[in-house]
Amino acid sequence: MKSMSKNWPLWEIFIRSKAGLNHKHVGSLHAADAAMAIQNARDVYTRRNEGVSIWVVESSHITASDPDDSDPLYEPAKDKVYRHPTFYDLPDELKHM
Amino acid sequence: MDTNKFNYILQQADNCLILGQRLGEWCGHGPILEQDIAMTNISLDLIGQARLFYQYAAELQDEGKTEDDLAYLRDAWDFRNVKLVEQPNGDFAQTIIRQFLYDTFSCYYYEALKESNDERLASIAAKSHKETLYHVKWSGDWVLRLGDGTSESHERAQSALDLLRPYADELVIPSEADQKAAEEGYGPDLGKIAELRSEKLNAVLSESTLNVPESGFTHSGGKDGRHTEHLGYILADLQFLQRAYPGNKW
Repeated sequence: MKSMSKNWPLWEIFIRSKAGLNHKHVGSLHAADAAMAIQNARDVYTRRNEGVSIWVVESSHITASDPDDSDPLYEPAKDKVYRHPTFYDLPDELKHM
Repeated sequence: MDTNKFNYILQQADNCLILGQRLGEWCGHGPILEQDIAMTNISLDLIGQARLFYQYAAELQDEGKTEDDLAYLRDAWDFRNVKLVEQPNGDFAQTIIRQFLYDTFSCYYYEALKESNDERLASIAAKSHKETLYHVKWSGDWVLRLGDGTSESHERAQSALDLLRPYADELVIPSEADQKAAEEGYGPDLGKIAELRSEKLNAVLSESTLNVPESGFTHSGGKDGRHTEHLGYILADLQFLQRAYPGNKW
């Protein structure tokens, strides 16, 4: 298992659980290429009826923000409550806002 | 009881159970975690199919027995699976080739069995056919990857094919039960399935750069209860608990 895991790249897996919802990140797995990643994702992440659609992306293609930059990136938004649309009166008929 | 129908159902039930058991042996030993899960998923699909057939067979038998009696309390000579499915896992290539030789049969078999005049068989076939379409895609993709992969994977796939090719055709050679089932309309004509299957086999194998060995000899007899030495060992494993602790439940 070890030698193959070293050779096969890691893929991030996104599953859409039903039509209309977003794809959500569910985890990662190893595969030789995109087609195998889809097939592996089907076997690993949808065996309990979790999904209707799968996206895969090679993990190395994802650029992540640096945790050390957390303060400048996210702190400034914390005291700006007026950016949340909570100051409007919504009619009761509107759901899921 | 319709003995021929009973025997006919057991053929496919036993194919599913024994191949399911074989694939289950990979659990925890797969070459990579993702394929370990793929093989056990397929194993569970097959055991699920076996259960549907055994339940129906037990009802036809009408002796107050259940699916468990048929799976756990028959001896090797009562099993009607083909010899292909009891062959050892070998290396990953051998397991893949065995699976592909089986899947290229079962996907066409179930498709045809959906037209059975026996509604119960038709409905089991409808459910199983969908599962089998995935199985044949999985094993077919792997045949392609191994055959047209590295020189080592090609070599291993080729020697697995050389080893197992003589076991492949028993699936499509009609037994007495197959013949009667076709005559009475509850089983498909295996001749048509043989054609479709060999087309698919040849297409995938040649794309995989594997040489199809000239099939001079075909192993047979499994459908009549004559098996290779391997089946006894499989049953020893599979049936141990019910044999040692009769009627035990968990």
